Amino acid sequence: MQLTIITDLNKCVGCKSCQVSCKEHNTSGDFGPVPDHHPYREVDGMWWNRVISMEAGEYPNVGVMYLPKACMHCYDAPCVPVCPTGASYKREDNGVVLVDYDTCIGCQLCMWACPYGVREFDEEQGVVKKCTMCIDRIEDETLPANDRQPACVQSCPTHARTFGDLDDPDSVVSHLVAERQGFTLLPELGARPAVHYLPRRQVTGMVGEDEISRVLGEDC
Amino acid sequence: MALTKDAEPSGQGRQALKLAEGTRKVHTTCYMCACRCGIEVTVEDEKIRFISGIAESPVNKGVWCAKGGAGIMTQYSPARLTTPLMRVPGSERGQGTLVPVDWETALNTVAGWLQDIRQTDPAKLAYFTGRDQMQAFNGYWARQFGTPNWAAHGGFCSVNMAAAGMYSVGGSFWEFGWPDLEEARWFMMLGVAEDHPSNPLKLAISRLKDRGGRFVVVNPVRSGYGALADEWVPIHPGTDGALLMAMMHVLHQEGLYDREFLSRYTNAAGLVEVAPGQPSDGLFWRSSGQDVMVADERGDFVPMMEASGRGRLEGDYRHEGRAYRPAFQLLSDRLAACTPAWAEGITHVPRRTIVRLALEMGTTAMKHPVVLPTPWTDFYGQEHPQTVGRPVAFHAMRGLAAHTNGFQTIRALFDLMMMLGTIDGPGGFRYKSPYPKEAPPPVTPASRPEDYQPMQAVAKPLLGYPRSPDDLLVQGDEPMRIDEAYSWKYPLAAHGLIQNVVRNAFDKRPYGIDTLMVYMSNIAWNSSWNTLETRDMLRAKDDQGEYRIPHVVVLDAFDSETVAFADIVFPDTTYLERWDAASLQDRPISEPDGPADSIRQPVVAPPSGVRPAADTLIELANRLRLPGFVDQDRPRYRTYADFIQLWETSPGSGVGLLAGYRGSQGTDTLVGAPNPRQLEAYARHKAFWFEEIAPERKYYRMANRQYLDWAHGVKFIPTADPIILQFYSEPLQTFRLAGQGLWPGKKPRHPALRKRLATYFDPLPFWHPPLEEKEETAGSYPLILLTQRPMTHYHSWGSHNAWLRQLLLENPLFINPQAAQALDLCDGQWVWMESRQGRMTATLRFSDAVEPGTVWTWNAIAKAPGAWGLHPDAPESQNAILVNHIVPDTLTSDDDTVTFNNDPVTGQAGWYDAKVRLYPSELHEVWPKVEARAPVRADMAEWKSLRYSTRKGAGH
Repeated sequence: MQLTIITDLNKCVGCKSCQVSCKEHNTSGDFGPVPDHHPYREVDGMWWNRVISMEAGEYPNVGVMYLPKACMHCYDAPCVPVCPTGASYKREDNGVVLVDYDTCIGCQLCMWACPYGVREFDEEQGVVKKCTMCIDRIEDETLPANDRQPACVQSCPTHARTFGDLDDPDSVVSHLVAERQGFTLLPELGARPAVHYLPRRQVTGMVGEDEISRVLGEDC
Repeated sequence: MALTKDAEPSGQGRQALKLAEGTRKVHTTCYMCACRCGIEVTVEDEKIRFISGIAESPVNKGVWCAKGGAGIMTQYSPARLTTPLMRVPGSERGQGTLVPVDWETALNTVAGWLQDIRQTDPAKLAYFTGRDQMQAFNGYWARQFGTPNWAAHGGFCSVNMAAAGMYSVGGSFWEFGWPDLEEARWFMMLGVAEDHPSNPLKLAISRLKDRGGRFVVVNPVRSGYGALADEWVPIHPGTDGALLMAMMHVLHQEGLYDREFLSRYTNAAGLVEVAPGQPSDGLFWRSSGQDVMVADERGDFVPMMEASGRGRLEGDYRHEGRAYRPAFQLLSDRLAACTPAWAEGITHVPRRTIVRLALEMGTTAMKHPVVLPTPWTDFYGQEHPQTVGRPVAFHAMRGLAAHTNGFQTIRALFDLMMMLGTIDGPGGFRYKSPYPKEAPPPVTPASRPEDYQPMQAVAKPLLGYPRSPDDLLVQGDEPMRIDEAYSWKYPLAAHGLIQNVVRNAFDKRPYGIDTLMVYMSNIAWNSSWNTLETRDMLRAKDDQGEYRIPHVVVLDAFDSETVAFADIVFPDTTYLERWDAASLQDRPISEPDGPADSIRQPVVAPPSGVRPAADTLIELANRLRLPGFVDQDRPRYRTYADFIQLWETSPGSGVGLLAGYRGSQGTDTLVGAPNPRQLEAYARHKAFWFEEIAPERKYYRMANRQYLDWAHGVKFIPTADPIILQFYSEPLQTFRLAGQGLWPGKKPRHPALRKRLATYFDPLPFWHPPLEEKEETAGSYPLILLTQRPMTHYHSWGSHNAWLRQLLLENPLFINPQAAQALDLCDGQWVWMESRQGRMTATLRFSDAVEPGTVWTWNAIAKAPGAWGLHPDAPESQNAILVNHIVPDTLTSDDDTVTFNNDPVTGQAGWYDAKVRLYPSELHEVWPKVEARAPVRADMAEWKSLRYSTRKGAGH
């Protein structure tokens, strides 16, 4: 089993619901807190999921894109082998990459190794923290079924995010990746991220140029 | 009332799950913006553990946004006010030198001021509220007090959208109607900020995307929802009306419009008299029964109802020496000149794009209808075996509204929607209960001087929809309200004009006031324009050294910039600490499929020195013995919770703030006796109520016989009469006649006022340049300055939230690189941005996602140093800019008084009309600056680390 989150970039409006629901759950969760320095001054806080805004092209042919970025839960996670204490590990049963705070010594080698820059250091606690795929929600049997998914997936107001098992060829996430040309970030680095994104799908109009010319009384 | 703990839902196949000791889940309604989503709040050891969406909520269907989830940090804001405050005697307003006082002192002081006012001249109280969600209560309170001077913030926000919709179709966008993206195939969104509204529109766009619908965004800026558009149409601000007129031109030329819809359900076939210079000019020919007359297919003149929708749309007619033309013919004549080439010159949208979009929408509407297998019957008695819709939907907001031509632009949008036949059909614009209402809704404001007398309540509502000049609040040319709403300058000011209040109170025009009471409106900062002068006016004194506005009272939960200008402050609770209602009598949260409302309930206890603002207002009302609040000197309501449950629109009406669980047993809906345990019933049902409208009543509700009968029965509408859509707005023509001196009733004397009415009160839509363009200096300021609200902040409310502020705490000025290079300016450069109001500094950020004639930035990120509990060195004070400083609040006047920079029809603030020029700045910092003051919680402002956790032993 390899748990994953798929984000449909054709639906992401960049609202940062996922960014906040992640922090909201996890700061009081098993792997919290998710701290903030100088919260009411020059604030600098920890976020396990950050939404990146991008702009590409030249006016008027410009695209605007939003991309939520958190741990990719890679099949060949580069953060795991570099850890001198084994604190960074990948769960064999579900593929989730986690940090054991009891054995983490805060050396931050994993942060250097991660190609995606999604690990953050808690100076006060002396440990590295990151997205856990809300493992404490997924595995909490006292929660209602609908709550046993990552907070960022549950909150997403456009339902752009889907949670599931990428190793199961019949899962919704596997179908989405196959049918919608799902892709990963920086595949050339060979980490084989589990987290995938679905590209934009443009719906084009049906009016021809000659039709427009006819209406305007212009020659084609 | 005790804190109510939610019962687990039963009978829904969900097993009751055991919660950990000290943990509970409470259902309530969000208040992090105006959407009012249903939220489930998990509380652990009396601290907020988690806020999530309620899956069954009709508003948000289980999702929640960044603001909603971050409500935790608003609850623990450093800006919380925890006790009543009073300005230190002898200190100056604006410095924020406030000291705690006990409640009795604060209440006695304000009650004393109000008692004097009420005994002498109730108009000397001006009570204005911000983004409050209890306008039904606040309006009732002001009415019982007896002042005309009450309104919420709509004049500064979006009254053009509300009023133009109400006068056209008896509904409008957002709370009053909605694009049906469950069925639409083609969706155009015009002038919508990033997040307006939030979750409901996100859910809807998601559905459109699932179904492969085409999404076109018309906006000077591409961001947020616009990022997902299949096509971005960059348009020059303030010109959307020209685009809409040109698209109608193409639809008309190509015959791609719904003639049957226009004839049957709108007054487009109505015969308008053509008699220039006569009092009957531009008015409908009416039957003895007051029905609009039409020419039927044989050319006979018959009342519209008798013609059964077969009235002709074109032609010239004469009868008994009088000339008539159908309203549609009049618009057709006008459209002839509104060619795509004409619009290209105004909008900067290529003519080929205009034609293509018009053909797309027209073809989709007329050639690809959506058909539902639902029979319905119209008001002519004709049975329709199916429900056929035209699947072209629109959504629009302040990009259209916040211009001084906004009313007529939005009229154009609604006429375009009527041409496409896409009003309340599947896939089009759909009403939300209790709408549709008659267009305009049959409520007029109390307009006689004798309505506002000492020691009496006002017999009629304070706000409404004038039908003719006779409904205005004027005495001769003089306004009766301090904000000049319903005056000759701003006749259809249906939401009041909060932006006019401070200057007029300062000028004592039309009269001086005694007390300005403000509920959660930030009038000393981002809820004003020309901010610095506004702040000066709030603290200005007369020759005797007395404040020109003698008393300022503020009710708010947080230490906004405005709190520093108060003489007395009443601290309000947060939304997680009180009983509250999202009511059908207010801005409803209904869905197109049926009426809905919801409550808030206390999730955690407020600090001991804090009371809900509504409870404070009820306490003041009881002390003043306001009619409607006391019964033979005994208070009817002790708290707002009492009011929510017991108040009725009129004694015995059975209609109150909440529509669910009415009657003594809590089994009635919509109409029923007050239920003193109604809030408990809501609390047991996840804090909301929703009732789906029967399928055969769901569509074409303005014309749906079964719906109209039902809606009349549940008191949504006063009669079951057909609601005829107003393609042609005859009420507007009555104002034009007044401007021409031809109206038999009230009319203005001053030539400038007359000209204003004659010019802008056109009964058919038209485009004119924003009034700013007429300023002598307009040519010196070539760029339009816009702001928009980001998805993470609801105006000024995000910045005191430790999590949200991290998502946005500085706001550069976005500019198109081509435009910047033409001015020899570079990315990141400090510039002066100058308007005719003044100048300020800004840093540039290049963006290709903005059209070259526009510069823009985020709204309300900047904070006065020390306000909102932030450290005075916070980036919001040091690096963020408030463009309100240079947005002009007035226009060069044609008469001897002040003319605000408002739409001439509704008075909507034209704050998207500001024109600026840019040039390099030698100063590399934010300017202007206002004086710093100490944050309310200096210790929190200095916090080095926040490790929020509700776990025992974790975090701090």
